[in-house]
Amino acid sequence: MSASFRKFPLHAIAHGRAGDKGNHSNISVIAYEARAWPILQSQVTEARVLECFRPLGATRVTRYELPHLHALNFVIENTLDGGVNQSRNLDRHGKTLAFRLLGRVLVELDPEHLPQGSPYRDPAFSWKNPLES
Amino acid sequence: MSRTVFIGCGAGFSGDRFDAAGPVVSQLANCEGPRYLIFEVLAERTLAMAQQLRRNNPEQGYSPYLDRYLAPLLGTLQQNQVRIVTNLGSANPRAAARRIHQLTREQGVPPLRIAIVEGDDLRGVLNDTEIRGLPTMEGNEIGNGPLLAANVYLGAQPINDALDTGADIVLVGRTVDSALVLGPLLHEFGWTATDLDKLAAGTICGHLLECGAQVSGAYFADPGFKDVPDLANVGFPIAEVDESGGMVITKPPATGGIISTATVTEQLLYELHDPAAYLVPDVTADITQLRLHADGPNRIGVSGGRGHAPPRQLKATVCVENGWLGEAEMSYAGPNALARAELAGAVVQERLQLHGLDESLRVDVIGAASVLRGGKEACADRPLPFDADCRVRVCLTSQTREPAQRVVDELQALYCSGPAAGGGFRGQVSEQLATVSVLLDRELIEPQVRVEVVEP
Repeated sequence: MSASFRKFPLHAIAHGRAGDKGNHSNISVIAYEARAWPILQSQVTEARVLECFRPLGATRVTRYELPHLHALNFVIENTLDGGVNQSRNLDRHGKTLAFRLLGRVLVELDPEHLPQGSPYRDPAFSWKNPLES
Repeated sequence: MSRTVFIGCGAGFSGDRFDAAGPVVSQLANCEGPRYLIFEVLAERTLAMAQQLRRNNPEQGYSPYLDRYLAPLLGTLQQNQVRIVTNLGSANPRAAARRIHQLTREQGVPPLRIAIVEGDDLRGVLNDTEIRGLPTMEGNEIGNGPLLAANVYLGAQPINDALDTGADIVLVGRTVDSALVLGPLLHEFGWTATDLDKLAAGTICGHLLECGAQVSGAYFADPGFKDVPDLANVGFPIAEVDESGGMVITKPPATGGIISTATVTEQLLYELHDPAAYLVPDVTADITQLRLHADGPNRIGVSGGRGHAPPRQLKATVCVENGWLGEAEMSYAGPNALARAELAGAVVQERLQLHGLDESLRVDVIGAASVLRGGKEACADRPLPFDADCRVRVCLTSQTREPAQRVVDELQALYCSGPAAGGGFRGQVSEQLATVSVLLDRELIEPQVRVEVVEP
């Protein structure tokens, strides 16, 4: 990638919501602006999402594309500690997991392509890369 | 001119705002066309708990919140020409109907016509051994605990039939949530089983409304990134649907929240797996070609949903007793708080180990690593301030009550016998219900589904 590209959490260019069915979670990833859609398509892969959720027990990830909506939908299997009925997680539905994905999957992009008005555009705005301690 | 049907949502789960329907009804009363209000309050376990209530008292088993949602609306329903479709009937729609009749008598308002849908109880056609033999889905198996309930998700046709009786209120038990919307559309437009694209449109509309304000700006705000005006007064959604299946999602004026392509897209994909195959009893809905368009402030048009033949099988939820859960928390704060919280967890673990009870123990440190990380996943990747504010949480599941109680007792004991300065202990032991989804042939259940008007 070109030298002007930098890493940002997915949270900088996309939003999403998690839902549960049994022991499986689904998480949508939706581009704030159309120009981020190719970045989602090329960089937010099944393998990277599986890597993000494997520590929580995930065994398989399926990605679905919704190009008219600039959205991806991920189905993440067996990531809910048994699901809403038997999980020992405080968050038995895995409602918070959308933000695990948005925070831990990093994307590379030209900062000029960040959404208009995004706090990530502000040089004073700091965020810590959770994968680099 | 094409007719428009207006459908509002007053609740998206059992415990949703009790006063949310007010502005929705006020707006519906101004609309030119048939008007409906839905309340969706029946999560998987809610129905099993309702069945237990019904076994103890044949006049119980409907939603415990029925009065709170409906009592304020009964007096003006007929005047506003708003009809209600809801699963507030839960495990006992008949008793719910009798309760509503009682409420109208108490309020001195004219009696309402109430129709109920019954027949979702799988135990009417299969014994427990047969139910346990059905194929499961979604990564769960039916546990060995006593079977409490088994209910099939019905579709929109029975709701259509109930509305055909002229009912002001239709009370259902287990029914797919989206059918609360598709049912009125079948009734108003006369869509049939071959109108697959329209059935899909009605299902998508139901899916967008069924979680209440989750489509209109609630469950969305991420301050600075996704801002939502006046979230405290968020408006619940209203759909305007035409005969072709075209629709606009909007909300009452002078309410908070926001309806945008972003809010609608989040709700569209909520709890959805394959977008080409959203399965309900009436149709297989395909949203892969769906498009959203702005239609004015807080108005989003939805088009392009496609329908395919409905699934041959129906989904049912089986609920069994599933042992006990014990959980307890204690706070540690100030210098070296994380180390003291972690020591507290380690002490509880060692104490349980002595009795061989630690197998299912989970230890979290709230403030460091809890919901987003498994107990064993290090939190070292996010260094906490030395003087953090942490809360240790221990949790354990067990088949008998004793181990669940034990984990609570062990954490409580740390008040005097643990690391320095633990405070704010809370603990609880609760009985667990497990729900599992199973599949069955629709011919098995459909003959027992019936609609009946419950007279005042």
